[in-house]
Amino acid sequence: MKLFRMIGRSIRDAFKSVIRNFSLSLASISCITITLIIVAIAIMASLNVKNFTTEIEKDMTIVVFLDSSTTEEEAKEVEEKIKNLDNVSEYTYQTKKEVKEMMQEESEVFKEVLDNFDDESSPLKDTFQVKVEEVLFIKSTAKQIENMDHVSVVRYGEGMVDKMVSAFTSIEKVTYGVVIALVLVTLFLIINTIKLTISARKKEIGIMRLVGASNFTIKTPFIIEGMILGMFGSIIPIIITTYGYMAFYNHFDGYLYSELIKLVSPEPFIYQVSLIVLGVGILVGMIGSSGAVRKYLKV
Amino acid sequence: MDLIRIKNVEKKYKNGVTAIYDLNLAIEKGSFVFVIGGSGSGKSTLIKMLYREEKPTKGQVIVGGLDVAKLKDRKVYKLRRKLGIVFQDYRLLPKLTVFENVAFALECLGEKKNEIRQKVLKALEDVGLKNKVHSYPDQLSGGEQQRVAIARAIVNDPKLLLCDEPTGNLDPERSMEIMQVLEDINKNRGTTIIMATHDKEIVNKMKKQVITLKDGHLVNVKKKGKYEDEAI
Repeated sequence: MKLFRMIGRSIRDAFKSVIRNFSLSLASISCITITLIIVAIAIMASLNVKNFTTEIEKDMTIVVFLDSSTTEEEAKEVEEKIKNLDNVSEYTYQTKKEVKEMMQEESEVFKEVLDNFDDESSPLKDTFQVKVEEVLFIKSTAKQIENMDHVSVVRYGEGMVDKMVSAFTSIEKVTYGVVIALVLVTLFLIINTIKLTISARKKEIGIMRLVGASNFTIKTPFIIEGMILGMFGSIIPIIITTYGYMAFYNHFDGYLYSELIKLVSPEPFIYQVSLIVLGVGILVGMIGSSGAVRKYLKV
Repeated sequence: MDLIRIKNVEKKYKNGVTAIYDLNLAIEKGSFVFVIGGSGSGKSTLIKMLYREEKPTKGQVIVGGLDVAKLKDRKVYKLRRKLGIVFQDYRLLPKLTVFENVAFALECLGEKKNEIRQKVLKALEDVGLKNKVHSYPDQLSGGEQQRVAIARAIVNDPKLLLCDEPTGNLDPERSMEIMQVLEDINKNRGTTIIMATHDKEIVNKMKKQVITLKDGHLVNVKKKGKYEDEAI
């Protein structure tokens, strides 16, 4: 009971203090708002990047062409070997004939041209289409397959894959860096705001100490004040996150520039991001004010 | 029974000044004690050590069975709840009314609202300010403000009331009013009162126990003492 009364009093005091030092509170709320907007954008961007890289990674395929002279039994041997490789998640096998039929279905031109060849003279080759579990190791897997007997050519879009993987990892690192830097700036701002509230209430704190208020009682209002600042600061970013992303998604019909880059669908994505933003706001407010309390309130 | 026991206490400040040398003292429960001495005699330091604003460098300060010297910073509030403190400069919150100022002390301790109301009104009645409940400190005279501070100090019914020059800012007439209030508290509530002062007239009129300090040394302890100039 007593604890609830004390916490109730702390919350009341914290709100009072936010209102009493309105201009100061507004300044730090705006700073938190700006930071959280950028944090929200960074979170959404990095989650989207993550989403479509995994999508693309799923589609990465190694195409294996066998020698034209390969017999059916030899092809079986190769199949067995591919099956036993660590990084292979699934594969399909197509004979020359199947490849021919597939290509003929795809286009009129191929149909005409390929009709001129029978099985013996066909320029096409038996192929395996291999999917890997981990794109990072696609290169070594391709090498292993290339070294097998009866394999003539292995293709996996070499240059493109390497570049894409390294580009995405560096984009991810940069976003993390920006988010961390912004959170640190916000922390600094909150520490300063709370520091000013503390100095504005120095007399009150002195009297509280004289009449026997415990450290918990003295500290709690300031920590709650930091949390309130964080909470208020996250309102606008949440609105922007929710409506902004929805508008963005609808404007591009869920794809950015090409079918390749697919956006994360807004629900429940925006709610998760809003929750994260609110959580970050409150947590940063709390950590900032505890830091200020520890530093400037020698209790 | 002794409420306060001071054994071999020495206080040396960080700047090298020694405020108190080897002090031994016992103060009985329910007594009214003046601590007198000139500036730099150590009387303020003695009061500060009693409410653990300062820690003794050596020795023991025992207040109500609690060894103040060994008390950790985090636990100081446990001591403060047992005593009331009154200062020369009143230390009231200007934005709160008389009632709120006194209630503030109890709110910090998380007491119930109706209990706070009862205790606050009782304390204000004891200091004779029941008709000024809704005034703000700047609407009161110095003497009245000091009485509000006394009400705040006694509202939790402490065993010990420490006063550091409570009449320092008041004219002789108001000072005597304050002394009357303190005397009543001492008699009616049985609160032990320790008051540091250099007001000769008050000490002579009240005829209470007097502890005289000079340059950090205890000069003498007298029952029904007088302010002796030659001692200072």
